[in-house]
Amino acid sequence: MSLLRRRKPINESSDSKPLLEKEEEEHHEEDPDEDEDDGSGKNKKTPSKIKKKPPPPQSKWSCLDTCCWFIGCICITWWLLLFLYNAMPASFPQYVTEAITGPLPDPPGVKLKKEGLEAKHPVVFVPGIVTGGLELWEGRECAEGLFRKRLWGGTFGEVYKRPLCWVEHMSLDNETGLDPCGIRVRPVSGLVAADYFAPGYFVWAVLIANLARIGYEEKTMYMAAYDWRLSFQNTEVRDQTLSRIKSNIELMVATNGGRKVVVIPHSMGVLYFLHFMKWVEAVAPMGGGGGPDWCSKHIKAVVNIGGPFLGVPKAIAGLFSAEAKDIAVARALAPGFLDNDIFQLQTLQHVMRMSRTWDSTMSMIPRGGDTIWGGLDWSPEEGYSCSKKREEDDTQITDQAGAENAVCKVRSANYGRIISFGKDVAEEPSSDIERIDFRGAIKGLSAANTTCRDVWTEYHDMGFAGIKAVAEYKTYTAESIVDLLHFIAPKMMARGTAHFSYGIADNLDDPKYKHYKYWSNPLETTLPNAPDMEIFSLYGVGLPTERAYVYKLSPHAECSIPFKIDTSADDEDTCLRDGVYSVDGDETVPVLSAGFMCAKGWRGKTRFNPSGIRTYIREYNHSPPANLLEGRGTLSGAHVDIMGNFALIEDVIRIVAGASGEELGGDQIHSNIFKWSEKINLQLEKKTSSR
Amino acid sequence: MASILRLRKLYYVEPAVKCSSVGFESLDQSPKIDQKLDKREDDVICANNLALEVKKKRKQAKEWRCMDSCCWIIGCLCTTWWLLLLLFHCWPVTLLRAPELPGPGVRLKREGLMALHPVVLVPGIVTGGLELWEGRSCADGLFRKRLWGGSFSEIFKRPLCLLEHLSLHYGTGLDPPGIRVRAVPGLVAADYFAPGYFVWAVLIENLAKLGYEGKNLHMAAYDWRLSFQNTEIRDHSFTRLKSKIELMYITNGYKKVVVVPHSMGAIYFLHFLKWVETPPPMGGGGGPGWCAKHIKATMNIGPTFLGVPKAVSNLFSAEGKDASYIRAMVPGVFDSEILGLQTFEHVMRMSRTWDSIVSLLPKGGDAIWGNMDSSPEEGHVCDFSKKSHSQTSLSDNNVNNSDVKRGFQVKGVAKYGRIISFGKAASVLHSSKLPTVDSKEFSQMSTSKNLNISCGEVWTEYDEMSRQNIQNAAADKAYTTTTFLDLLRLVAPKMMRRAEAHFSHGIADNLDDPKYNHYKYWSNPLETKLPNAPDMEIYCLYGVGIPTERSYVYKLSPNSRCKSIPYQIDSSLSGEDNSCLRGGVYFADGDESVPVLSAGFMCAKGWRGRTRFNPFGIATHIREYRHKPPASLLEGRGIESGAHVDIMGNSALIEDILRVAAGATGDEIGGDRIYSDILRMTERINL
Repeated sequence: MSLLRRRKPINESSDSKPLLEKEEEEHHEEDPDEDEDDGSGKNKKTPSKIKKKPPPPQSKWSCLDTCCWFIGCICITWWLLLFLYNAMPASFPQYVTEAITGPLPDPPGVKLKKEGLEAKHPVVFVPGIVTGGLELWEGRECAEGLFRKRLWGGTFGEVYKRPLCWVEHMSLDNETGLDPCGIRVRPVSGLVAADYFAPGYFVWAVLIANLARIGYEEKTMYMAAYDWRLSFQNTEVRDQTLSRIKSNIELMVATNGGRKVVVIPHSMGVLYFLHFMKWVEAVAPMGGGGGPDWCSKHIKAVVNIGGPFLGVPKAIAGLFSAEAKDIAVARALAPGFLDNDIFQLQTLQHVMRMSRTWDSTMSMIPRGGDTIWGGLDWSPEEGYSCSKKREEDDTQITDQAGAENAVCKVRSANYGRIISFGKDVAEEPSSDIERIDFRGAIKGLSAANTTCRDVWTEYHDMGFAGIKAVAEYKTYTAESIVDLLHFIAPKMMARGTAHFSYGIADNLDDPKYKHYKYWSNPLETTLPNAPDMEIFSLYGVGLPTERAYVYKLSPHAECSIPFKIDTSADDEDTCLRDGVYSVDGDETVPVLSAGFMCAKGWRGKTRFNPSGIRTYIREYNHSPPANLLEGRGTLSGAHVDIMGNFALIEDVIRIVAGASGEELGGDQIHSNIFKWSEKINLQLEKKTSSR
Repeated sequence: MASILRLRKLYYVEPAVKCSSVGFESLDQSPKIDQKLDKREDDVICANNLALEVKKKRKQAKEWRCMDSCCWIIGCLCTTWWLLLLLFHCWPVTLLRAPELPGPGVRLKREGLMALHPVVLVPGIVTGGLELWEGRSCADGLFRKRLWGGSFSEIFKRPLCLLEHLSLHYGTGLDPPGIRVRAVPGLVAADYFAPGYFVWAVLIENLAKLGYEGKNLHMAAYDWRLSFQNTEIRDHSFTRLKSKIELMYITNGYKKVVVVPHSMGAIYFLHFLKWVETPPPMGGGGGPGWCAKHIKATMNIGPTFLGVPKAVSNLFSAEGKDASYIRAMVPGVFDSEILGLQTFEHVMRMSRTWDSIVSLLPKGGDAIWGNMDSSPEEGHVCDFSKKSHSQTSLSDNNVNNSDVKRGFQVKGVAKYGRIISFGKAASVLHSSKLPTVDSKEFSQMSTSKNLNISCGEVWTEYDEMSRQNIQNAAADKAYTTTTFLDLLRLVAPKMMRRAEAHFSHGIADNLDDPKYNHYKYWSNPLETKLPNAPDMEIYCLYGVGIPTERSYVYKLSPNSRCKSIPYQIDSSLSGEDNSCLRGGVYFADGDESVPVLSAGFMCAKGWRGRTRFNPFGIATHIREYRHKPPASLLEGRGIESGAHVDIMGNSALIEDILRVAAGATGDEIGGDRIYSDILRMTERINL
C-alpha cells in the first residue's frame, strides 16, 4: 500500500516538469529516513537530469516487472469477469440461448405439471456400470486423507495426483473379486451417487430435476447405488445391497399408500435389476425370501434405459485388449492421456489389470452365442448398410463418414464374426478361412517374462505359442469368444463364470437354473409371475455402435497386450471404420441387445415370460445438439446423454404418474429391430416334456 | 502483507546490485545520448550510494501509470499466492499435520475391537443440512443445493430469499405453499456443518477404523425445523428410521443397534421410541417388544432431555440462541447497530415458525428448574477465573467488560429459578417483594389487546401486541419456567397454539392416564415411560466445566419502532465479583448450551433404577467429560473439548462410543463418571 501512495504523486506530475521538481523535493522531505545518507549534493543533480531525459523509459522495466504486470492484468480481468458472472442474474444464460435459438421448449417436468400430472408411484433408479460414485472407507497409506472422498466420479483429481495408488485402490482381489486386504472402497449412497458423474456431466440429474417438478422428493425417489465393480451376487454378500434395495422398495410402497414402485435401471443396472427380481423371489440363504408374488406386489413397471440385455460387443474389446471400452466416458475425459503413445504401454495395461479384477465387466459379454449374435456367415443385422440407412433418414448426417453418393451394395458386414484377425478374414466367406483350433493349443512357457510380473494381465502366462494360436483361429463368433476369453484369461473367467452365464437355456425348469449365476441372463431365467407388471425398453438409435472388430497382433509382444484393434482397416460399404464394424445403436449398446428381449424374447407369453408381462419398446432417434449452447442436447440418443432426452423424460414421467404402456402409445420404433429379431431363431414355446 | 514487503525490498535493492556489477548502462536502456551525458554523473552515483539509485529508480517509476502499478502489485501478489499454493499442494500430507497421538479408532483397533453393533446417528437441531426441492423464482438454480449447512454462500447472496425458504408456514408448521425444503439424507447430512467445522465427521472416521461403513452406519437425518410428529407426517422420517434399523439388524447378523443421538436428537429419538411401539395410524406399530429386540443402547451426547434455557431467550427475543456459533461465525453482522435491527427480527420471524425450538423449552416446570426462590443448582460456584472458562465464555457471550476476567468466587446465590427477570432487582429480590405473576392476568391481557396494524405486514406476533401489554408483561416481574410458558402464550399465542399441539412441558402425575398416549407427550421424558427393554442401556454423555446460560435479565427495548422486538437481554448487567451474572445472563455448569441439570437429571435420577418413568429398570449411565480447551491453535477445536458440538471430537467420548458399539456394556466402560454436582442437584429435586 505504501508503495502506491508514494508512486502516485510522481506519476501525476510526469508531464509538468516544474511541478515535478517540487514534488520531488517534497517527496524527499517526506522520507528522510531513506535518503538520509545520500547527503544534500544529490538534490541538485536530479532536476537537471530530468530536463535532459525524455519521459517514457518504459523499456526499462525488467522482465520480472513485465511478467508481474501481465499476470496482474490477467488476474484483474479474470476477477472482473468472475464478478460479472456472479452478479449476473441466474436467468441470463437462458436468455442468451433463447435469443440465439429461439424460445426453448419447457422442460418436460414443467410441461407435464401444467397438464396436471402429479407424483404417484415411487421411483427407484438403478445406475449402470461406471456412472456410480465410489468412495474410500479404508485405504493404504498412500491414500491418506481421502477418507470418504470420491475415488470414482467427481473430479477424478486423485487419478492425476497419485495414479498408481488410485489403481491399487480401485482394483479388487484377483482371486475372490472382493476387497483386497486393507482396502475398503464403497459405493456412495443416495441420489448424489450418480446424479452427476463428473462436475457438469449429468447422468440422472436432469431426470431427477424433472421428476421433482411434479412433486417427487427424497422420500419417493431412491437411488439403488451399488458397487458396480462387483459381481451382482457379491454386492449382496459384501454390502447387502440387494437386501437394502428390497427393504427400501417395501418401505416406499408402504409409506406411499401401497402404490407400487416404478424401477428405472440404466445400462448395466438393467441386468442388475433382473438379478434382483430373481434374487428377491428365491428362498432365504441365496435369495431375499420375498416369495413368488413379491414383484407383482411391489413393482408397477421396469423402465429399462439403454439396457444391454444380451451384452455389448464393447465389453469383449475391453476385456481382450483394454480398448474401446464401455469406459468410453473416461476416455472422452482424457483422450490424449490414454491414447498417447508414450503412456500407452503403461496406461492401457494398468487399466486392463484394474478392469479385469472387476467381475461386473464380465456381465456384459454377449449372451446367447451364435443364435443371437450370428455365426460365421450370417447375423441378424445382415443387410444393414450404413450408407443406405443414411439415404433413408436425413437426420443421420453426422453419423457416418463416407461419400455422399455411395452406392448401396449388396455386400454387407459379417457381424457374426465379432473378432477377426485381419480385414480379409473378416470379409472372406467362411469356407475359405483356414482355422486352427486354439483350444488345445499349449501355452508355451513364455521366455523371460518375469520382468513384467508387476503388471497382471495373464497374457504373460500364455507365451508366444498361445498368442499365435489365438491369432490362427482367425475369427471368432459370440460363442467361441467365451472360449477365447477362457483361454487367454483363465483365472479371470473362472471367477467370472461362477457369477455369470452366457448361454441359452434349453429347459428353464432344470433345477440348475436356480443358481444365481443365471439370474442376470434373460435367456436363462423366467420373468417373475407378475402379469400386471410392464417392462419397457427405452433406448437411443441412429448412432453407429461397435459390433465387431478387426484385430491384429501387436508388434511388441513382450510386456504389452499382444493384440490390438487394427485401426487401419476401413471400408465404407460394410460400416468398417478404424477396425470396428458398427451397427445401429446408441453408441454403446447395439439395438439388438437393447431391444430383442422386449421385441421378441418376452413379447407375449413365451417360455422366458410365462406370466405374459407386457413389453413395450420406445426408441429415440438420435439428433445431435444444434449448437454448443445446448450442451449435450435434449434430443440425444447416446447411451448416457439419452438421460437428458426430453422425449424419454416425458415418457418416464408419464409412466411414474400412472400411465400404462398403452396410454403412452405402445411401441415407438425407428430401427429394424423387429426385422432383425425375426431372423433370430430362438425357441420361445415351452418344450413339452416329452423326454 | 509479507509479500509486499518482500517485493519492495527487492525493488530497491535490485538496481543497486546490477549497478555495482555490470554498470549502469546495462540497466538503463533509454537512448544512448542520454546515457553518455549522464554517464559521468551516474558513475559517481553508482560508486557512492545506493540511495541515489533508489531515487533514480523512482524516476523511472514515475513513468508507470497508476494502472500499471496496480497491475504489477496484483501480479506479484498472485504469483506469490500461486507459489505458496503450489508448495502447499506439493507438501506431503503428513508434514502439515501436527504430530498427534493415534486417534481412539486406531488405538482400539489395535486392541482388537471390531465393528459389531450397527450404529445409528441422530443429529440435533441446526447441524443437519437442508436442501431445496422446490422454490420460488428467487431461488432459481438452487435445486438440490444446500440452503442450510455447507458454505452458506446463498445467505449472503440473497438473504431475504433464503429466509423465506427456510421459514415454515406459521399456521401449520409445515411447508409454505410452493416451497419444499428437505433434509439432506445420508452421512453427508451432518458430518460437517460448514466446511472445516466438523460435527459427526470425527466420530464417523473413528468408527470406520473399526470397520464401520455404509451398511452398518446410518445417519437418521430429519428436517429439524419441524415438530417431531410432523417429520413423520411429511417425510415419513420415523418409518424410514424404523425400516433402516430393522434392515441393519437383519443384515448384520441380528446384532442390535447402538443409537447415538446428539442434542435435540436425544428427545427426537425418545419420541421415536414411543412412536415405534404405538399402533398405527399414530405410531409405527412395532409392538411393545420392538425396542428390546432392536436396540442395544442409546448413547445420548449432550442430550436436551429437559430443555435448554437458551431456547427461552431465543423464542423470546431471538438472542443467545442455540445456534450461537452462527453468531460466532459472523459476529459483526448480527451485532452491528445498523443491521442488527433487521437481522434479529428476521431471525426471530424465521425461527418462530420452527416448531422444534419449542421442543427445547425447559420441561418439568418449577419442580425441575426451580421456583422463585430456590433452584437445584443453588450454590453453584461460578469460577470464571480459570483460563479455560473465561476463554470460551468471553468469546461467546458478548461480555463487554474486561474486568470480569479477574477471578472471583461466589458468595451470593443466583436465583436460577427465575428464568426471566425484568431488571436486575427482580432477579435478586426475595419473591415476596415481587409482584406475583398470575395466569389470569395474562388471559385478561390477551383479550384486551388492541391490534395496531399500522406496521403493515405482521412479522412477529409482537407487532400485534399493544405497547401497554408489553410493558405490563415486563414491569419488574420475574418468571419461572412455568410462568414463562404463560408469558410466551401471551406474546406469541399463535406459535404456542401450533407448537403445543406437538409438545408438552409438564410433569405427569399419573403416567397411566390414557391422555399420555398422545404423541405430544412422547418427547418429554417426564411424561412418558421408557419402553419395555430391560437389556437396553441409556447413556448420558455430556461436557461439563463451561458456563452455560441458565437464566436471563431482560429489559424493555428502548425503541418502540415497528417490527422491532420489544425485549432484549440487559447486557449491561454484570454481577459484582461474586455472582454468576454476566452480560445479563446467569450461568450454571454445563456444556455451553445444555445445563448439566437438563443433560444429566434423567440418567442420574429420573430413570435411575426402577422409577415410574422407567418401569422396566433400563440401566442408565452418566459419562461426563470435563472441558479442556485446545492447548494450541494447531489442535483446532481440541480433542478434549466439552463444548456442546465440539465434544463430538472428544477422544474420551469417542472411545466410549466405540467400545459400546464394539459390544461393551456400561459397566465394562467404567460405569458412571461424574465431575459436576449433578447428583447433589438432583437430590434437591423432589419428584
